[in-house]
Amino acid sequence: MSWNRKHLLDIESLSPGEIVTVLDTAKAFKAVGERAIKKVPALRGKTVVNLFIEPSTRTRISFELAAMRLTADVINFSAEASSLKKGETLKDTARNLEAMNADVIIIRHSAAGAPHFLARFLGASVVNAGDGAHEHPTQALLDTFTIREKKGRIEGLKVTILGDILYSRVARSNIWALTKLGARVTLCGPPTLVPQVFKELGCEVTWDVNEAIRDADVINLLRIQHERQRRTTFPSLGEYTSLFGLNRARMAQAKDDVMIMHPGPINRGVEIDSEIADCGRSVILEQVTNGLAVRMAVLFLINGGKGPQEVGN
Amino acid sequence: MPESHVLLTAVAIERALARIAHEIAERNDNPPAVVLIGVQTGGVHLARRLSNLLEKISGHAVPVGSLDVSMHRDDLDGRPAPEIRPTSIPVDITGTTVVLVDDVLFSGRTTRAALDAMNDFGRPARVQLAVLVDRGHRELPIKADFVGKNVPTRRGEHINVRLREDGNEDQVCLERP
Repeated sequence: MSWNRKHLLDIESLSPGEIVTVLDTAKAFKAVGERAIKKVPALRGKTVVNLFIEPSTRTRISFELAAMRLTADVINFSAEASSLKKGETLKDTARNLEAMNADVIIIRHSAAGAPHFLARFLGASVVNAGDGAHEHPTQALLDTFTIREKKGRIEGLKVTILGDILYSRVARSNIWALTKLGARVTLCGPPTLVPQVFKELGCEVTWDVNEAIRDADVINLLRIQHERQRRTTFPSLGEYTSLFGLNRARMAQAKDDVMIMHPGPINRGVEIDSEIADCGRSVILEQVTNGLAVRMAVLFLINGGKGPQEVGN
Repeated sequence: MPESHVLLTAVAIERALARIAHEIAERNDNPPAVVLIGVQTGGVHLARRLSNLLEKISGHAVPVGSLDVSMHRDDLDGRPAPEIRPTSIPVDITGTTVVLVDDVLFSGRTTRAALDAMNDFGRPARVQLAVLVDRGHRELPIKADFVGKNVPTRRGEHINVRLREDGNEDQVCLERP
């Protein structure tokens, strides 16, 4: 048992022990979600602000519900309806929220490092809900939780992450979490989106989808992040689908017990065929259920007694 | 030098639990409706032992559950985030007599949290409290129904309950810093 952090900014700075602590705590909170009364008073009187400067539905709702199930008060703040449109800086916006005695600020921002920036001057706890193409720590934690729950372990598993790696914060956080816990991670996708430099993070890189799928225990599919791509990285979506989309023919080469994951939103018929998304080997909806438990665990842990405070590097 | 002295030996713990089991049976003349719930972590082993003893006395199985109160405590930001252990209530407790079991009764705040946590699972007809050691210094109006041993203590002292289920020899010690 080890958790001494006030913020959750990234996976990179977490120790394997800290990751396991979140997963174990999430297990207890998942059980709460299965009871008739799904609410506990752990964060009674605390105020949680969802500061979402970039659009999100799933993650925002998940954090909102997680905070509510811990009896915190929740405020949702989106870029479209805020003073950021009127020229206020992120720093001023965050300071104003803190002046209203917010205890936790959950931030999603298109700029990498935005949560780390806030953590440097805010007294409140900061949780990274996705910063640019950098990290999405709670997504990696819920993916890891789902794998551990289904497969019984992480160590020694072969996990293939397939799709847009270059622009994906989910990929980066997953790479950190999985390699720290001893999984073998293989990245696959078009060469323009899966540069060789990712090998430095301790992963395999392949552009051959059949090789990536063949002996994988888990296939984690990523969406093409159109909104982040600054230039065209492959000729067409149709070509992407024919070369890298997960369909029945490719699934036939995979292990019988391979598990299909996707952080959502899924683009049916692009990175995954409908029949695969809805098949028994897909755990996409369980990921959503587990996301709630993991986010409850994170909010619970960062509200625990404060030890030496970490602001991440 | 920290000073330690034995309050209850293995034999004394066994006798105290046997007496508590008889008292529970005596107080609740309708034993099938009794459910024992051990408070994590110290109370769970004791609840299981009491369940075995009660079964011998009454002749039928007494359900036993466990309750972790971390999520219901009022001092989350005063201590490092706790390790959460399993909560498992195997039967519907509505209408039953629940005997909460804990190892040491001190401020009463754990018991308060346990009463709240239990509310999320049902509405017992009655709740009673059994503890192995009552060391005083209550901060809430809470009183145990069944007590193994009353021990006058100072606030700074520590009661250490070691049980064989955790790989120790059964023993309760009072430790002075």
